[in-house]
Amino acid sequence: MSSKSMILSKIKKLAQEEKPLPEIPSFEVVGDLVETFKNSVAMNKGTVISAMELQDLVNSGAYPKVYSGSKLIEDLKTFDLPAHPKDLNDLDLAIIDGQLGVAENAAIWLEDDNLGLRAVPFITQHLVIVLEQSKILGNMHEAYGMIGAHYSGFGLFIAGPSKTADIEQSLVIGAHGAKSLRVVLV
Amino acid sequence: MSHPNQAANFLKDEKRAHWHDETLWFVREKRDISSKGIPEWEELRKLASGIKDHVLSKLDYYLEELEKTASANGIKVHWAKDAAEHNEIVLSILQEKKCKAIVKSKSILTEECHLNPFLEKHGVEVVDTDLGERIVQFLNQPPSHIVLPAIHLKKRDISEIFHEKLQTEKGNEDPAYLTNAARIHLRDKFMKAKVAITGVNFAIPETGEFVVCTNEGNADMGVHLADVHIACMGIEKIIPKREHLGVFLRLLARSATGQSITNYNSHFRSPAPGKEIHLILVDNGRTEQLSREKFKNSLKCIRCGACMNTCPIYRRSGGYSYGSTVPGPIGSILSPGIDVKKYSTLPFASTLCGSCSDVCPVKINIHEQLYEWRQEITKAQGWSAKEMSMKMANGIFKSPLAYKVSGKVLRATLKTLPDSLIYNPLNAWGKGRNVPEVPKESFKEWYQKNRS
Repeated sequence: MSSKSMILSKIKKLAQEEKPLPEIPSFEVVGDLVETFKNSVAMNKGTVISAMELQDLVNSGAYPKVYSGSKLIEDLKTFDLPAHPKDLNDLDLAIIDGQLGVAENAAIWLEDDNLGLRAVPFITQHLVIVLEQSKILGNMHEAYGMIGAHYSGFGLFIAGPSKTADIEQSLVIGAHGAKSLRVVLV
Repeated sequence: MSHPNQAANFLKDEKRAHWHDETLWFVREKRDISSKGIPEWEELRKLASGIKDHVLSKLDYYLEELEKTASANGIKVHWAKDAAEHNEIVLSILQEKKCKAIVKSKSILTEECHLNPFLEKHGVEVVDTDLGERIVQFLNQPPSHIVLPAIHLKKRDISEIFHEKLQTEKGNEDPAYLTNAARIHLRDKFMKAKVAITGVNFAIPETGEFVVCTNEGNADMGVHLADVHIACMGIEKIIPKREHLGVFLRLLARSATGQSITNYNSHFRSPAPGKEIHLILVDNGRTEQLSREKFKNSLKCIRCGACMNTCPIYRRSGGYSYGSTVPGPIGSILSPGIDVKKYSTLPFASTLCGSCSDVCPVKINIHEQLYEWRQEITKAQGWSAKEMSMKMANGIFKSPLAYKVSGKVLRATLKTLPDSLIYNPLNAWGKGRNVPEVPKESFKEWYQKNRS
């Protein structure tokens, strides 16, 4: 017998009574969603900046290698995406669009179309996500309601810069992924 | 393997034990603040518990569904009845890809299967990429906590091991400095690995995808740079639909660390062009646990670690005292299901205070199951010293005269009892406890004098 049929038959043999699947009710989120979102970004050690501030940042020359896949703001990229993600190891700044944001926890949803290469938001030293204010929702239930079952091979919520507290519970920003997250609200 | 002996070892370094206790309590407090920020918290727990109960009640159906939908998405699905088969599947993929070095992100399942030593025996270099896991891997230790793998170590220890392994400055204990050293060291490993292994937090039959949550971004760094992603999951990790993720992602991080959500919540549905994703569904005793009516809902666990952070025993005895892959209260009800003899002392490593059940995001009745396991184990083992004294106490409480007389005798003798009699190795209750001051009279005597 294959392991598959062995596992399945062991479960079937239990002849369990099916328990009902609960319905998820809608949970209301009160208050100004944009303000709540901004507070949540700060809680997660990210920062909210304006499109103007982003432009100044890029012009400052502090980030020699900039990739931008954003369609929401003017193109600031200094090079095109390579074929292989490993060639992004010296990427200083990545600017990408988020599809929607969640006020309760500052999570921002992104899919393959937004990323270019899936490694982009992780391998870059610093990350900027551009998000339309009108796409900020209250909580995770509303977010999944909006995303639905839309097909993307990869999708993710990013909520802040890479962080760890594995050394004596001291919070350190910049473990493996981006050392900073800036959110540009447009 | 005995929990009391290991716990005694842990408590030898009093200062460190105290620090461990306080640090985990701090995490518990963060969880409280975070959960109280959501008015519907209790309702979410109920929903999560109900969803998991439903899944377990038709797990065979959902497993087959998941295989169907994930396969249609181009994910290669494997089935493993036990740890050995799981390890063989991983090895065969690595051999096919001629891969001699892999990166792995936190996966409690691969710890459970002892994948690392198995692969190393076959000449594969395994690099754990979660910072805490890398630290304990350098020390040849398993994680001592499922969310905070190196919580038993002080920065001094980590500074020393990094100085030896990563040539950091001797004596530099700055967490930011040490983390950056690990970042540089692990980037190099990420750039070279052809295959990356991750665990799975949730798998969704509706969409044929699975979700991996990390704060550091190590799982994603591994899989997006490698050609092949192997994801290993216990068969209980299923939740039916995408919308259910809304419930679980709201609960998971808040319960684990008090964050409102983990930083990176990655949904893997199909491989990137030219790449491969393998998903291994592992039983390894789970169907057995599912067949135990009293214990099956321990399979609802989402591995947040909240029960460890709140447990007065875990905090004061450390993860290693349990000797099991999953320590703490949840480990103490899961492990006896795997090997009741080996883990016979674990269900007794509890005060049955019930705090674990109170914080559990999927409402597992952990403390009740601990009690149930005690019944099973005691039946199998015969008497224990504590049980003898309980029987004696039962006799005394049953008879009013015996109660009255023994009270008088105790009040007289406790005052003069030599310490050696109380604080001796045979009396487990004397350890770490003081005998209270003896009152002059019983409550009954006092009442008769003052109130009657």
